[in-house]
Amino acid sequence: MSDTILSEKRKKASGEGKPATQKAGRHAAGTEISGAQAVIEAMIAENVTDFFGYPGGAIMPIYDALYDYTNVLNHILVRHEQGGIHAAQGYARTSGEVGVVFATSGPGATNLVTGLADAQIDSTPLVCITGQVFAHLLGTDAFQETDVINITTPVTKWNYQVTDATEIPGVLAKAFYIARTGRPGPVLIDITKNAQVQKFNYPGYTPCTHVRSYRPKPNVRKEYISEAAALINAAERPFVLFGQGVILGKAEKEFKAFIEKAGIPSAWTVLGLSALPTSHPLNVGMLGMHGNYGPNVLTNECDVLIAVGMRFDDRVTGRLDKYARQAKVIHLDIDPAEIDKNIQTTVPVWGDCKETLPLLTASIKQKQYPEWLQKFKDMKKQEEEIVINDELNPKGEVMTMGEVIKILNELTEGDAVLVTDVGQHQMVTCRYANFNESKSNVTSGGLGTMGFALPAAIGAKFGAPHRRVIAIIGDGGFQMTLQELGTIMQFNVDVKIVILNNQFLGMVRQWQQLFNDKRYSFVNITSPDFVMVAKSYGIAGKSISKREELKSSFNEMLQHKGSYLLEIMVGKENNVFPMVAQGCGVAEIRLK
Amino acid sequence: MKQEYTITVYTENHIGLLNRIAIMFSRRKINIESLNTSPSEVEGIHRFTIVIHEVEEVVKKLVRQIEKQVEVLKAYYNNNDEIVWQELALYKVSTDKVIEDVKVERLLRKYGARAVVIRKDYTVFETSGHREEINNLIEVLGPLGLIEFVRSARVAIINESNGFYEKLREFEEEKPGDEIVENEFLDRQDEVFSM
Repeated sequence: MSDTILSEKRKKASGEGKPATQKAGRHAAGTEISGAQAVIEAMIAENVTDFFGYPGGAIMPIYDALYDYTNVLNHILVRHEQGGIHAAQGYARTSGEVGVVFATSGPGATNLVTGLADAQIDSTPLVCITGQVFAHLLGTDAFQETDVINITTPVTKWNYQVTDATEIPGVLAKAFYIARTGRPGPVLIDITKNAQVQKFNYPGYTPCTHVRSYRPKPNVRKEYISEAAALINAAERPFVLFGQGVILGKAEKEFKAFIEKAGIPSAWTVLGLSALPTSHPLNVGMLGMHGNYGPNVLTNECDVLIAVGMRFDDRVTGRLDKYARQAKVIHLDIDPAEIDKNIQTTVPVWGDCKETLPLLTASIKQKQYPEWLQKFKDMKKQEEEIVINDELNPKGEVMTMGEVIKILNELTEGDAVLVTDVGQHQMVTCRYANFNESKSNVTSGGLGTMGFALPAAIGAKFGAPHRRVIAIIGDGGFQMTLQELGTIMQFNVDVKIVILNNQFLGMVRQWQQLFNDKRYSFVNITSPDFVMVAKSYGIAGKSISKREELKSSFNEMLQHKGSYLLEIMVGKENNVFPMVAQGCGVAEIRLK
Repeated sequence: MKQEYTITVYTENHIGLLNRIAIMFSRRKINIESLNTSPSEVEGIHRFTIVIHEVEEVVKKLVRQIEKQVEVLKAYYNNNDEIVWQELALYKVSTDKVIEDVKVERLLRKYGARAVVIRKDYTVFETSGHREEINNLIEVLGPLGLIEFVRSARVAIINESNGFYEKLREFEEEKPGDEIVENEFLDRQDEVFSM
């Protein structure tokens, strides 16, 4: 199939991942078109190139209109709507653009719900178009009718049901605007079938730039900038925490300039990972439950805590009454509702960090904190002695997840996009993987959606076609969405799949071991022969269980043209450490 | 300390918004004591008045979450000292009873009730006021044969408010003034910032 190549070509032709300004066959304002055609017009006008979906009865008119536009729009047929929305999420995360997914009414739409919840909590910009039964059938329990708007209200930034074609251009413009601006999020537009077939006089497409009841970002207050700068300038042990806000705000450069001038050690949340290169001297590691020792312990020793684009999730803070009580807190966030939500702020720097960070950088003094930074290094050493060395260079016979990631680092040199699922392999990958470039770590953070990785990796590849995409998945999570191997097959998506198989639902097993007296309740999961499964989809693969094969197998995988599945049998009962147990403060982090 | 708070929300008038706002409360297991939706002082802008019993910390965060919703323009919360409020109640009693019993008429006068409908079989009285005043009247009418009773949601006017006209004008600007994102931190700078 040449669909991927087609999309590739288009991207190459324009250089920037945008389609060439191809207007062939587009409808001019003033002509009579159907609602379905207006949907397609909106996609083209919003520069959508690759998107995902699954047809069905109630969305047929839109798919019929799409049929004429496959030269400009690359629709990827997934195997399940959940796969479609996770793919759209992966696309959004690596491209920085809005991910788009189409689904039909009823079960098609309800299958989107997990992905919507995931995108909502991880602030991923999506526009989901669902078909709906004819407006006159609404509320009659018609075939494939569900109340999609009400089902999705808690998990969307905005949603809207269109029952009249004339609304379509305006509503879709608003949908894209809301999804991508401010704190991004998923938007769902439900379009009844009558509106799709209805002809109307097309007014043309006007992108939305303003919604009166919606403030994408609060105004930057100069007072706060100077207050924050004064706090930072007077600090003795300042500490920066950064999250995905830096990536979503496309403010990686601004962030780097800020910490470099301020000289402040900086730690990341799982979603903030890759915003700052791993090798940066001020990058002191990962925060939270399975984060690094120093960043967790020293959170409770710093005097000024500067949080940039992160939301103090409970997996980051541990017990709140034992979290950074001594510190003055500066919180930079675009979403006013995040200020004081979990942690009492001393100075709230509301606004887009792309704007606030340079202002802050300009008003702080150039400084360095060698002694304070040394503390992080010393604790890193302790962590290495107790945890990291054994994880990366195990003496035992069984392979550890850590050594797998270590070899992967050596071979990819930190240039790959890594897409992880949820569980032990996710924490290990985040802890040990090296990244040089932003938008390289794609994972389900807030919702912890098992089954996310495989479809998200497909989307990630379309979002960053020139980059190497490697999905790292556990044996449990892989079995949740493995039907998407069909999508990989049909569209020749070059995704490398690494299954870290410990024959357990490892993270739950770890908790059962530590907190439930090893009562392994339903975590013993058997798997099919993954290599055979891959083979039946025409995907090459291999399973290994010996350390000696690791490097050569990775090399084989990376050099293989097209998708490849590598199953690696790892230790069955290995644990991820350090760990901040539930109900403990960050300083009570355990190393074993 | 938990106390009664009245939340006033200015919104667009769109289908589905009631649900979007209601679930903000149910998600947090907060019971809505009373909810009223009505037009506001500004044409085309809707106004929700919601009463809950909560601690201020929770109410404050909740109001920020409500305000974050795309179709919400502004949300305020006030305690009972900061608002003027009324509830309206209807009482249906047997007309025979009213005629027989002089006490009823006297009571109604005392509580400022008035007759809305007088029929052979029943009479409907109406009164408005605070919760206690309305409840007092039920208590005395109850034993005399109260056939039906209904009380409306609270409607409230914010003492300090200058109305929404000015605010709306700012919202309609592409680049609004500072007033749109009101910021309680600015008012208490001395408290929050000390070196």
